[in-house]
Amino acid sequence: MSKLEIVDGPLYVNEITNRWHDEYKTSNYGAMLTFVGVVRDEDNIEGLSFDIYLPILEQWFSKWQEKAKQNNALVLMAHSKGDVLNHQSSYIAAVYSPKRRVALEMIDEFVEDFKANAPIWKYDIKDGQRVYAEDRSTKLNGAGILN
Amino acid sequence: MVSVEFLGPINKKTMQLDVKSLAQLSEVLKADEDISSWLDKCAVAVNDTLISDKNISLESGDKVSLLPPVCGG
Repeated sequence: MSKLEIVDGPLYVNEITNRWHDEYKTSNYGAMLTFVGVVRDEDNIEGLSFDIYLPILEQWFSKWQEKAKQNNALVLMAHSKGDVLNHQSSYIAAVYSPKRRVALEMIDEFVEDFKANAPIWKYDIKDGQRVYAEDRSTKLNGAGILN
Repeated sequence: MVSVEFLGPINKKTMQLDVKSLAQLSEVLKADEDISSWLDKCAVAVNDTLISDKNISLESGDKVSLLPPVCGG
């Protein structure tokens, strides 16, 4: 099973989280943490939409796999591309580890690093149009070198 | 030729340019009115590796990608 899943449209949270749980429930992880990101109804949006650049996302994620492995932990992630409507889910991250402290700290660090460094672009959907969420976006390291 | 692709919200098709370095590419893109305003915000990858130095030479067949500010989740 791939530890990084990209899905067209919304994530089916029950299916993904149950499948992950079933896959690893006998792997002797004492702590299984799951973070589910839900699209909120705010600012008159109908939903969000996402573009992803997979080659660099895969590199970023494989570094996290290595980091997790060094701590005897496991990182899993699913993300949507395309449109995800209000109250649907676009992002699931999970950290499984033998003991709770590693998982609790790693899920925090993983989600924050994801926000800052994963090559994913977010758009608000308003009146059926995609509007780049520039004011909520973060420049990647090294931004501006061509300026 | 070097392939230059514009990711995410930059509305621009991939360009094929005869440039020998990122510094030279920078001069070409600064003169492009669709792109110039994006340059201070974009990170740059060469052949899918993010780089932090403009003093990099390019060879024919290289792929340069411009990555605007991100927001996953």
